[in-house]
Amino acid sequence: MNSKSRPHVYRSRTTPKRKIADMDVETEPRVRSRQQKSKLSRLVYMHSWVAVSTLGLLSRTPFSSLLTAAVIAIALSLPVGLYVLLDNVRGLVSNWDNTHQISVYLKLGINEEDALKLAKRIQSWQEVDRIEFISADQALLEFRKNSGFGAAIDALQKNPLPMVIIVQPQASITEITRIEKLEKRLSNIRQVDLAQLDMEWLSRLNAIIDLGERALLLLTSLLGVAILLVVGNTIRLTIFNRREEILVSKLIGATNRFIRRPFLYCGFWYGLSGAVFAWILVEILLALLSGPVKTLVGLYGSQFHISSLDLQIIGSIMALGIGLGLLGSWLAVGRHLRAIEPS
Amino acid sequence: MIKFVNVSKRYSGGKVALNDVSFHLAPGDMAFITGHSGAGKSSLLKLVPLIERSTRGEVLVDGTNLSCISRRHIPRLRRKFGLVFQDYNLLHDRTVYDNVALPLMISGMHYSETGRRVRAALDKVGLLDKERVYPITLSGGEQQRVGIARAVVNRPPVLLADEPTGNLDPELSKEIMELFHEFNQVGVTVLVATHDLDLIAKMNHRLLVLNDGRLMADGMTRDLL
Repeated sequence: MNSKSRPHVYRSRTTPKRKIADMDVETEPRVRSRQQKSKLSRLVYMHSWVAVSTLGLLSRTPFSSLLTAAVIAIALSLPVGLYVLLDNVRGLVSNWDNTHQISVYLKLGINEEDALKLAKRIQSWQEVDRIEFISADQALLEFRKNSGFGAAIDALQKNPLPMVIIVQPQASITEITRIEKLEKRLSNIRQVDLAQLDMEWLSRLNAIIDLGERALLLLTSLLGVAILLVVGNTIRLTIFNRREEILVSKLIGATNRFIRRPFLYCGFWYGLSGAVFAWILVEILLALLSGPVKTLVGLYGSQFHISSLDLQIIGSIMALGIGLGLLGSWLAVGRHLRAIEPS
Repeated sequence: MIKFVNVSKRYSGGKVALNDVSFHLAPGDMAFITGHSGAGKSSLLKLVPLIERSTRGEVLVDGTNLSCISRRHIPRLRRKFGLVFQDYNLLHDRTVYDNVALPLMISGMHYSETGRRVRAALDKVGLLDKERVYPITLSGGEQQRVGIARAVVNRPPVLLADEPTGNLDPELSKEIMELFHEFNQVGVTVLVATHDLDLIAKMNHRLLVLNDGRLMADGMTRDLL
């Protein structure tokens, strides 16, 4: 409601000199001082009044209100749940990103003393952080322990495994090209059979996550449109049900803004309640998934656990829900309110 | 206060509702508009709060030409009027209090002030004890008095009533008309459209007689009836 349409503005110009004395229980100066109260407090009062009264209105039809909120909640929780999962996987991968180890397999037939000298030489390189030397015997021991082929290995007369130097590049080296350069330098050493930087699976996984994120974006947009339609349709029905009230209000001087306000608040409440339900729903889903995930990553010897929703994500859910609720009702109100005019 | 200058109203179907109507209602005046049904009484009343716009001529309210008022400023214009309807136009899912408070809420009045105003208006129409009931439980006469309380609660300078007694028996009609008369006595400009000649014959006010959209007579009831 703009300041021009405040009652005191026109009253001060047009009130007849003879007042409606017997109706008047308030003296004029007091009225005026009350009406001169700051614009802000009046606006706050009006908005809080409409907010509370629309909440009351929605609670009068709890079933249909909850139904709308539930539809919004499900539509919101789907992309949010996916986002959280992707985010977790992304976090997991980024941990691995920092461990660009290069396994250097030495040629067979090199004695251990030369191998240790070589290891020491590699250790002294600038781009190398540290190395780990695994002798052929050690490698065999480890293989026997982890693979379960103990008996088969016993049948071998000779240790078939090469010595391995695991090279950990400096943490400051993050560009893949520099690591690949190091890999090349290592494989050029005479005694080295193969230097291997196994990054391919990581890039594939990253590509899959990128694809997932793109799919998530599309899914979110689609479900966002669905929420707009649900809220818009609900508000359209509300407008239709309150047609009489809108007509009467227009007849007695309600601005479009005044008439629009309760419908916008309806959209706001739908969006907010939908977002809160979505939040709860996603937390439940994550809680249900955390057990199986723990078992799965346990098999890989990892301590990884699904992180729950942080404040930023919760804030985003709320903003998304409220935003879509408001926008949906705004669209419906803009379309249908104009059509209701007294005649 | 309300001035019509050669006003004509033709609806899109081609029907001429008003034809070259001119009159002036000064501030504090009270007048009846009468005529057979379809004579243009309702059309004339609709032009004042811009429920309809005239096709020719000028309607002036408080010196403002209504053709200069844009759609956006119509609400501000309408708050100058208290409108009373034949079918009351009350909201049946709200109490009497909330119905009467509606114009005050629209103008953004604080609730403490609202309570005082609503009760003063209800007291004036004699329904102070009915503020908590729903309109559906009231008789026709009482519902119309709620309608009048809603029309006057914002203390508008002008009251416009379209067949306010159309659905009421003679006794109740008389009470309603007396209410309008009382508001006029304290300075409110009143314009009432009615076809109840028996009723207005007893009150001496100005009378505008419409016939087929033309203003046939303009004088005091005492002289015309």
